[in-house]
Amino acid sequence: MYKSWWKILGAVLVVYSTVFGFLSSVPALPILHQSIRNLYFHVPMWFSMIVLFSVSVFHSIKYLNGNHETDDRKAVQSVNAGVVFGILGIITGAVWAKFTWGQAWSFDVKQNFAAIALLLYFAYLILRNAIDEEQKRAKISAIYNIFAFPMMVVLLFVLPRLSDSLHPGNGGNPGFNAYDLDSHMRMVFYPACLGWILIGYWIYTILFRVSSLEKNKI
Amino acid sequence: MKRLITTVLMLMVTMQLFAQSQDSAVVQTLEGSEKIYVVVVCVGIILLGLLFFLFSIERRLKKLEKKS
Repeated sequence: MYKSWWKILGAVLVVYSTVFGFLSSVPALPILHQSIRNLYFHVPMWFSMIVLFSVSVFHSIKYLNGNHETDDRKAVQSVNAGVVFGILGIITGAVWAKFTWGQAWSFDVKQNFAAIALLLYFAYLILRNAIDEEQKRAKISAIYNIFAFPMMVVLLFVLPRLSDSLHPGNGGNPGFNAYDLDSHMRMVFYPACLGWILIGYWIYTILFRVSSLEKNKI
Repeated sequence: MKRLITTVLMLMVTMQLFAQSQDSAVVQTLEGSEKIYVVVVCVGIILLGLLFFLFSIERRLKKLEKKS
């Protein structure tokens, strides 16, 4: 966790994807035009959120196994970091939607369910604050987290596919593969995802270290 | 501080009024030039969001430094 090569890798990948996200060639698309480049910024936000929530659920399970207080704190701090990425994803999505779908919030299924998934995790954070006793709080919130995670996956990846959605790859729409015929976009998109995931994980480790200091001081 | 917040909030209310007319200069710029400025706005939002987050982490650290 304290080694820094992967942090440098994350930084390099994010810088690379930002520069080439603006400069690389993209296919000519109707309606979307150049805003397709948002793929390199909006989508990685959600991927890093999902990875951070997976880290959280991993530590929640570990907590229930071993009852170590550090696992509980790891679970909370990764949710804290993940929620920030989720909020950024939803705001950038709303801006993108405003100029391509016509409305910032058109009650598209995936938009709605993404908001609900975020609310699930807000509930997790509020639930924790509501319980004073430390072990009880850790146990209850770990169990809640284990239930919230599959709900989030279903809300983001299963339900939108079953009904009409404006998002690509959902409700019978073609996925991004159909747009990216020459695989040029992949060369930027995959590094962008990996880079933002690494940065998200980095933020989580910083939050965890701050919370460890707080724990030792009190 | 309260006054500042009220002023900013009032300004935001007027921004809403401007946004009502579809042909405002900002919207036109964003929709023109093949919508590249939409990407610029989104990248700006991500940067601002992460910077605010950085400030919140710093606030937590400051509290710790005061205690020690």
